[in-house]
Amino acid sequence: MNDSHSAMFKLQGLQVRFGAVRALKGISLHVNQGEVVALLGANGAGKSTTLRTISGLSRPSAGNIFFAGQSITTFPSTKIVRLGIAHSPEGRRLFGGLTVAENLRLGSCSRSDTDGIAADTERMFSLFPILRERRPQLAGTLSGGEQQQLALARALMAAPKLLLLDEPSLGVAPLLVKHIFEALAELKRQGMTMLLVEQNMKLALKLADRAYVLRTGSIALHGSSAELLSDDRVAQAYLGAAQ
Amino acid sequence: MSDLVYILQQMINAVSLGSLYALVAVGLSIVFGVLKLTNFAHGDVMMVGAFTTVLLIGVGMPFIPALFCGILGAALAGLLIERIAYRPVRNAPDVTRLLTSLAVTYILENFGILVFSSSPRNFPLPDALNESWQFMGGAITFTNINLLTLALTFASLIGLGWFITKTTLGLGMRAASEDMSAAQLVGLDVNRLIVVAFIVASGFAGLAGILWAAQAGVIQPQMGFTPLLKAFVAAIIGGFGSIAGALLGGFVLGALEIFIVAFLPDAITPYRDAIVFSLLIAFLLFRPGGILKPNREIKL
Amino acid sequence: MMARAVTLALALVLMAAIAFGAPYVVSDYMVRIILLIALNSIFVLSLSLSNGFTGVFSLGHVGFIGAGAYLSGILTLTVEQKHSLLPHLPAFLNWFSLPFLPATLVAGVLMTLLAVIVGYPLMRLSGYFVSVATMGFLIIVNVVLINASDFTRGARTFTGVPLDTSLPWVFGWLAVTLLVLWRLVYSPFGRRMKAVRDDTIAASAVGIDVLKTRLLAFAIGAFFAGVGGSLYAHYLGSFSPVTFYFAMTMNLIAMLVLGGMGSLSGAIIGVISVSILSELLRSVERGFTIGDVTIPALYGASQIVLGFIFILIMIFRPKGIMGERELSLGFLNSSAKIQFKQGEVK
Repeated sequence: MNDSHSAMFKLQGLQVRFGAVRALKGISLHVNQGEVVALLGANGAGKSTTLRTISGLSRPSAGNIFFAGQSITTFPSTKIVRLGIAHSPEGRRLFGGLTVAENLRLGSCSRSDTDGIAADTERMFSLFPILRERRPQLAGTLSGGEQQQLALARALMAAPKLLLLDEPSLGVAPLLVKHIFEALAELKRQGMTMLLVEQNMKLALKLADRAYVLRTGSIALHGSSAELLSDDRVAQAYLGAAQ
Repeated sequence: MSDLVYILQQMINAVSLGSLYALVAVGLSIVFGVLKLTNFAHGDVMMVGAFTTVLLIGVGMPFIPALFCGILGAALAGLLIERIAYRPVRNAPDVTRLLTSLAVTYILENFGILVFSSSPRNFPLPDALNESWQFMGGAITFTNINLLTLALTFASLIGLGWFITKTTLGLGMRAASEDMSAAQLVGLDVNRLIVVAFIVASGFAGLAGILWAAQAGVIQPQMGFTPLLKAFVAAIIGGFGSIAGALLGGFVLGALEIFIVAFLPDAITPYRDAIVFSLLIAFLLFRPGGILKPNREIKL
Repeated sequence: MMARAVTLALALVLMAAIAFGAPYVVSDYMVRIILLIALNSIFVLSLSLSNGFTGVFSLGHVGFIGAGAYLSGILTLTVEQKHSLLPHLPAFLNWFSLPFLPATLVAGVLMTLLAVIVGYPLMRLSGYFVSVATMGFLIIVNVVLINASDFTRGARTFTGVPLDTSLPWVFGWLAVTLLVLWRLVYSPFGRRMKAVRDDTIAASAVGIDVLKTRLLAFAIGAFFAGVGGSLYAHYLGSFSPVTFYFAMTMNLIAMLVLGGMGSLSGAIIGVISVSILSELLRSVERGFTIGDVTIPALYGASQIVLGFIFILIMIFRPKGIMGERELSLGFLNSSAKIQFKQGEVK
């Protein structure tokens, strides 16, 4: 399980700076094929920065990102999506002035297999039935939970091999959070590999196989979900307590 | 009765003027949408389109092919401007980019003066297009070029509507103007989108320039300046960055100007532009999102 | 601070020497260029107050210059001229004629008032919006100048303004401009202006009244724009509304940006560089002959070259020649540096 040599995705000593601020101070982690890995930590620990850097929105000052056997560290976002890493960003970032159908269509803009796209659109509608009803509606007019489902569906429309999820429960009503995590569990059963950033630790560890805990830009803890659930140090990392 | 006819004629004039404003404003809004750049050079791209057409007619090309070549010329100019001037400052502060576009204007206008001299030239419109239609004993008059302007405006706007709702590139352009980094995350090639946006916007500028010059009957290097300023007003009234808003703003502005000239006292008429730009300032202050989005926040 | 004060004092002495000495030493052509450099320095310095130091990128400055020029022109025409050139001038203006200095002061004061009225709403805007809105102001001024023909002779040339502007007058006003702006920019108020420019939200969070700060900078700039407009009017003698429009705006902005938007000495260096450069290019543009090769006249070429230089500056040195620094004598240099986020107007 911890065999990082054969891992599908790997970060090696990733560092990111914003001016004088060191947001990431050398992060190494890996995700195996078919695995769900959670990235936990308090606000400002660097979770979103990690995902943004993987997607090419931020550039690392040092370190490497490997995916499917090659370094993608310097690749532009377009190429990263094309290689099979899709990102459902924090705050959903839907195109509010476009319809649900148009948002989904843009989710598949990196693909050219018309039949596959049509089939995946159907798959999204069966995974998130509400989206089928809302198809002609502007994305900006959806409720928080519906928007989150659309954001997930939009990312999945890229037919990713690795799905990056940033705070899928943020701003979503509790009942819908349950629904969304059921959908994620279903995706996991279908074999989807995921790297999940989530504030709700219990929810995340229930879904994930393993987890890394970030504290101010470094990895403080790492282990299987079962281990971490019973480890007090996880809670300490959230509270920012001294080691 | 004659009042009604007069009003009808003024409505025709309003639609005719408004369609030209809309054509220019659409291009401005497309560029502002994806780049958040107020592109002062847009008016000079109009000039490039008009001059290309006039030159080609001068060497014997018929009007319609020359018109399409003029549009292509303008699109090419837009492409070059983006590559040479705007791309290097794409991530610079707003003011730097604004100044760069002013410098491009300065260069293109003086290039026009260098090549064509600053004196106006006749626009060699085919006689067939100058023929006029008269109804009700001449109370209602319009020419073939008016008709062609309307036809081309609506055809091109319908084409644009198809492009931005049905093609991935067009959808991507709208997506990028809403949220550039989200557009990157779904895998859109932002560079390509910006290039396409410039080509489309500049093509529209070219078409608008040709039609503007054809209606006015003359061309000169600074010809794009006034329409550009009016298009700013139109785009901001409609909501800067929104394509539908630019259309609405163009027609509203056309109607307003014709109204001022046709129905207000003669003492006020010369102040038409002052009224129009006061309206611009009023919108910036009180309704910065335009008619359509009164509550949009100004991005400071 | 000390070094800057010494530099400023030396600059003033140098200016006095040029103002009174130049006509005896150099040709009339050179005197004209020196006068225009000093005059443009007044324009660009006053522009730098809002555009450079406060981060309100106004495109309307020339509106104040033009209105000031016309105003002062109307005030200084002789009564006979008023009757023949401006027969419809209202009675309260047509029975007197002011000397140069009072007319210039009236132009400055009225432009300040106009700036307060215009700026009170407009200074709430930022970024592009304030640029476009002030551009609207410039256009409105132009339309009014063209149409208020009872006062301005409309689009026709306004003529007959006494040619009172001499080197000492321009350098005198330049010295006043420099002193006032220097006091202002390197005072607590100057720090507030820069704070507003660098981070509007942070500035208001620490209790700076953003609107008031911007409005003051805008209005003081307009005062010197009005004064400069009056000097320009009495230099030209005749002018028309198009004299004070976009071409002049572009020219002043080019000078400001080239010199550096956050520096008084930069503004003057920008004026000198652009003036010399355009004179050189203009003489090339007229066409010349080297040996057997004749280069024909290429009108417009000099502006094209200037435009490209401008773009190169935007790309490679967006802070201009001086950026945020002041020209200072090296051995005295101890000026406190304030970190400058280049031209950022957020």
